[in-house]
Amino acid sequence: MTNSMQAATGSLVPQITVSAAGSAHKEPGRIKFETRNMGFFYGVHQALTDINLKIPERSVTAFIGPSGCGKSTYLRSLNRMNDIIEGTRVIGDVLLDGENIYDSDVDVVALRKRVGMVFQKSTPFPKSIYDNIAFGPRIAGRTNKEELDSLVERCLKQAALWNEVKDRLRDSAMALSGGQQQRLCIARALATNPEVLLMDEPASALDPASTARIEDLVFELKQNYTIVIVTHNMQQAARVSEITAFFCLGQLVEVGRTKQMFTNPTQKQTEDYITGRFG
Amino acid sequence: MIPTSSPPDAIDATTVKTGGSLRHTASWLRVKEAIIRWLLFGCALISVITTASIIFVLLYEAVLPFPGHKPFFAEVSLWDFLTETRWTPQFADKHFGIMPLLCDTLLVTGISGIVGLPIGLMSAVYLSEYASPLRRNILKPILELLAGIPTVVYGYFGLNVITPFVLRPILQSGLGLDVQIFNALSGGIVVGLMILPLVTSLSEDVLRAVPKSLREAGYALGATKFDVSAKIVVPSALSGILASFLLALSRAIGETMAVTIACGQRPILTLNPLVQIQTMTSYVVNVMKGDTPAGTIEYNSLYAVALVLFLITLSMNIVSQFILRRYREVYH
Repeated sequence: MTNSMQAATGSLVPQITVSAAGSAHKEPGRIKFETRNMGFFYGVHQALTDINLKIPERSVTAFIGPSGCGKSTYLRSLNRMNDIIEGTRVIGDVLLDGENIYDSDVDVVALRKRVGMVFQKSTPFPKSIYDNIAFGPRIAGRTNKEELDSLVERCLKQAALWNEVKDRLRDSAMALSGGQQQRLCIARALATNPEVLLMDEPASALDPASTARIEDLVFELKQNYTIVIVTHNMQQAARVSEITAFFCLGQLVEVGRTKQMFTNPTQKQTEDYITGRFG
Repeated sequence: MIPTSSPPDAIDATTVKTGGSLRHTASWLRVKEAIIRWLLFGCALISVITTASIIFVLLYEAVLPFPGHKPFFAEVSLWDFLTETRWTPQFADKHFGIMPLLCDTLLVTGISGIVGLPIGLMSAVYLSEYASPLRRNILKPILELLAGIPTVVYGYFGLNVITPFVLRPILQSGLGLDVQIFNALSGGIVVGLMILPLVTSLSEDVLRAVPKSLREAGYALGATKFDVSAKIVVPSALSGILASFLLALSRAIGETMAVTIACGQRPILTLNPLVQIQTMTSYVVNVMKGDTPAGTIEYNSLYAVALVLFLITLSMNIVSQFILRRYREVYH
């Protein structure tokens, strides 16, 4: 699937601190995800209406908007996490590489291996650090110990956690700090070798130093992964993303280049939200 | 805390006339509160007193040498009690080796564990992870109904149904093994069925306490429902599951009526589940219902057996509490 990508990520320098702000934004590439006239229902309540959005490959797309606007719901519909919730329904098309992921013959398990996710609250399993990272590969049937060892090391390096935990891989992941736990979850998501990484407010429960590390990480990871990030923090969206989409009341109000969205939004609503007049 | 003055909203110029009436109310309140508190304390004390009395009686009859009273261990040495391989209090040639009773008890408990624990855990996983709310709401009360069936019914179920219609057709007619009408296997099976609701109910509680976020994290990694259940939820709840297992086993050890009826009354040192045996609890029943005169060594022996039983179940309960506290994962 992505052997060349795997090789490339293997040689990544673990920690690079580059500020995303002000760096030249490269031209967004091919379209990875596309939704057409997409709508979402919790029972009879319509949470998303008529969403048309394209998410380019190997870039960071940020979703912003007030609480309850549907940005998390939208994010979770990209790897069908909402399927777990009883009584939810999607209409319209959600295309991953041109394929509708809501087609009846789509294997949800395979989809989620391609589209990984990191949640707002860090969710380490009550297992060792090593077993957390190896969880995804193991359930996919990869049990070769040497292969797993190098995979765990590579993922922890990619998530900038290796140096802190390399001597205690067998310790419980529950003993890590909040920021470390979140980076562990990112490493765990990378271990299934996904193409897309969905991040649902990954830094909102963290202190500023840990937040900065996560943002550096996002900036680093976008070279190889398509990243979609939901954030409450406007500065964060401005710092890490190329594309920003503004959601309000279940609708996509505006989407565009992040720089343009923050300097010269076309919609009054967007401007009001970004400048803090509501939200 | 006893209120010494009324809450602020009661202090109102129109209703409060003097400070004296307020103090009067407060002192009556104080008495009432004290009465309630002592009443509740008394209720709580009852269980403590009961436990202490039982322990005292067991120790008195079995161990403590008071004047004019010969406890069990004054006549039988602890060494003989623990090492002799025969238990024959009612015979002319009396032997008081606890081993046959202990072995038979553990045999029945082991069988009940093999039957009850896996099925109980799997039922709990089904109810917690797989069942729709509708099915859970139908199945759980039915399962808990099992716990309400009198144990004597289970005993006759083992004796009159399991042995003649399940064990004998399969093991005797089918495999040519000799299945006695009283046997450890039928008793073990019905005790296993008895502890099933306990295991299921307790395990389901701890499985459901595993945060939803862990399940979601598993699904997001491409895990199937089975992966999530078996590799995330069950391991995360392991301490609670082990504690429920121990509680269920200690219940199985203490189970009396069903094993008395289904397993028989012959204490022998064996691991053959198809022959008649006698558990510790059955022996106690046997002595009580027989015409054994109080004060004789046969009579006192039941307290020694009961003491052993008490120590086993007590230690299992303590261990299960310890596991629950020590190994409980704290989710925030």
